[in-house]
Amino acid sequence: MQENNTDEQILDEYDNSRKLSTKQSVTAESFTLAQDGKYNGAKCVLQMLEEQGVEIIFGYPGGAVLPLYDALRDSSIRHVLPRHEQGGVHAADAYARAGGRVGVCLATSGPGAANLVTGIANAYMDSVPLVAITGQVTTNLLGSDCFQEVDITGITMPVTKHAYLVKNVNDIPRIIREAFHIAGTGRPGPVLIDIPRDIQAALLPQPEPADKNQRIHIKSYRYFGKGNAGQIDEAVKALKACRKPVVYAGGGIITSGAGTVLTQLVDTLNLPIVTTLMGIGSIDTGHPNSLGMVGMHGTATANFAVTDCDLLLAVGVRFDDRVTSGLHHRFAANATIIHIDIDPAEIGKVIIPDIPIVGDARLILEDILSGLPSQTGNREQTWWETIRAWQQEHPLRYEPSERLNPQHVLETMVRIGGPDAIVTTDVGQHQMWAAQFCRIRHPRHFITSAGLGTMGFGLPAAIGAQLACPEKTVFLVTGDGSLQMTIQELATTRQNNLPIKIVLMNNGVLGMVRQLQKYLNDERFNQIQLQANPDFVKVAEAYGIKGIRVEKPAEMGPAITAALAEEGPVLIDCLISPDEVVLPMVPPGKAIHEMLLGG
Amino acid sequence: MLHTLAVLVENNPGVLARVSGLFARRAYNIYSLTVCQTENPDLSLMTIVVEGDTQVIQQVMKQLHKLVVVHKVTNLSNESIVDRELALIRVKVRAETRMEVLQIVDIFRGRVVDLGRNSLSIEVTGDEEKIDAFIRAMKPFGILELVRTGRIAIVRSES
Repeated sequence: MQENNTDEQILDEYDNSRKLSTKQSVTAESFTLAQDGKYNGAKCVLQMLEEQGVEIIFGYPGGAVLPLYDALRDSSIRHVLPRHEQGGVHAADAYARAGGRVGVCLATSGPGAANLVTGIANAYMDSVPLVAITGQVTTNLLGSDCFQEVDITGITMPVTKHAYLVKNVNDIPRIIREAFHIAGTGRPGPVLIDIPRDIQAALLPQPEPADKNQRIHIKSYRYFGKGNAGQIDEAVKALKACRKPVVYAGGGIITSGAGTVLTQLVDTLNLPIVTTLMGIGSIDTGHPNSLGMVGMHGTATANFAVTDCDLLLAVGVRFDDRVTSGLHHRFAANATIIHIDIDPAEIGKVIIPDIPIVGDARLILEDILSGLPSQTGNREQTWWETIRAWQQEHPLRYEPSERLNPQHVLETMVRIGGPDAIVTTDVGQHQMWAAQFCRIRHPRHFITSAGLGTMGFGLPAAIGAQLACPEKTVFLVTGDGSLQMTIQELATTRQNNLPIKIVLMNNGVLGMVRQLQKYLNDERFNQIQLQANPDFVKVAEAYGIKGIRVEKPAEMGPAITAALAEEGPVLIDCLISPDEVVLPMVPPGKAIHEMLLGG
Repeated sequence: MLHTLAVLVENNPGVLARVSGLFARRAYNIYSLTVCQTENPDLSLMTIVVEGDTQVIQQVMKQLHKLVVVHKVTNLSNESIVDRELALIRVKVRAETRMEVLQIVDIFRGRVVDLGRNSLSIEVTGDEEKIDAFIRAMKPFGILELVRTGRIAIVRSES
């Protein structure tokens, strides 16, 4: 209640100051703000966003977006204020991932726009549908290096699916409709709309609402749906003929909503399946056929199976170097490779497949499934025996000790929190442990910065995920390095009363870099000590968030239980050893079956 | 191997940057690039000569297709085409060399476009090899200035 009062006071002050400014002087600023009631570009932007079904905008105000913030006051759209634009764009990104919709963020020109760049790149690498709206200096000043001017469409060119600089107010309806269409269809990605302030303030006739039945048509933009029937037949034949198949599933499964049909396919043919980091949740990680993650920190079984298979069904993946170890000729070297992807440019980019199929993963898998006999039973007995033997010999394991093991932290978190919770992560060792040890049952329940590996993604991502799924338990698994990159978003968490449960793996070092220096630089450690770390429990408390410290394994269960019982956000500061390492690990220059196994 | 790509794009500011940025970012080597508006003022045609093997060229074409500003990409190297470059060359002449230069210009079917006391400006068109040969022929006389366009190409009519 008190907060509301404060807000109202601020708004009153703002209203008064506006009245004063219009009376006292006729500056350009007061002129643009004085168009009350008239339909301008900013109002049109909001109307179009409402038409697109946008419910939340993550934005940070500033001089070049004043008309937009004025129009936002009269909009039904909820505005969430991060404490840094990077927090806003990451939250919008995770909101899109968790909610399966287009995320929207908003920033002012210059530094505001520039602060979005990492987040836009992050969404681009992981193919997340995102519309980023930036304010821009007035059109007559464009290109003059004026105050808070930056060429954001130029800067983001390599990391956007498309970008618009709006130069005519009448283009706003078309551009916003196109932007959402481009962001959300085909291989999704971020689209930037840069709107000069005078365009936001310029008047235009109110557009007619869009005809819902009319599809948006952009002449030079195409995307694919169903796969080529001939190629699908080839894939069916190959699947029937093979003896040692493996499915390699990625983020494309989750984007296209192919999780259910994928699981059906795996069950029908009794296929072993490995996933990428982005593909975690495409099938229940507890499914008996799931061999876990493949690649640099994948399970031994997943890496052995991919190396030995005679057929690799690659769906919605891009043969990233964190999966193949960059040694393409040694990756699934003896396998017939079927590559299914919606982006034709991904096919043949890294590995030339034997059977390429361009299109939507769900539609293609449905067609493949319908071409197969309904039950093939327990064939490939010897292949499964080999796989089970690998699993027996090289399970994911750790040595339980008196100290708190990170793996124990995660197992406890999932055991008590349940496999239906959403797990968001930051980037580093904790991320890989989470990928290895968290049971994830559903798509869109494991949210992580995979392609770009952005430290600082985690906390804003948890905010976005919790806002997309208010009824779900959202865990943030983070590290003391990552958390401090966007720690200011604890205020956003508190302000919006988001009940995020933060599990902080606090080892006082940049653990992943330390691990790399240990193995690759012969322990010549450098700049990995996070000296002068704050007391994170006190930091949480300073933001009005409950903090719990855990030092011993036995304290972990009660801490998670207490955190879940708490209505608001909680930070659990888990003190783990800096000597912990993520294993298995494929060293650079080695093929994926030549990993360090440890233990 | 050199491939000639015809890329039909939107005729808007920033489109050239988007296309050339793609080449730079993905480390594809542009050999020459020529852009002009088409008969439809909303569209421009880029003729891009790029070096690479078949796999690289396929990637280049697929990546170009992904740009929303790109309407159509054609690999003209798979077709029967006529290709041309244009060069403008200013050559040093003296009274005793003038006739010889004019004779060579004639052999190459060039045209004198400007005549000065001590120099001649010559226009010559043709494929790359012909232009190269002409430049070699002019070198002994002293080339004062040389500009040449990139390659443009058109598909031959069906016979």
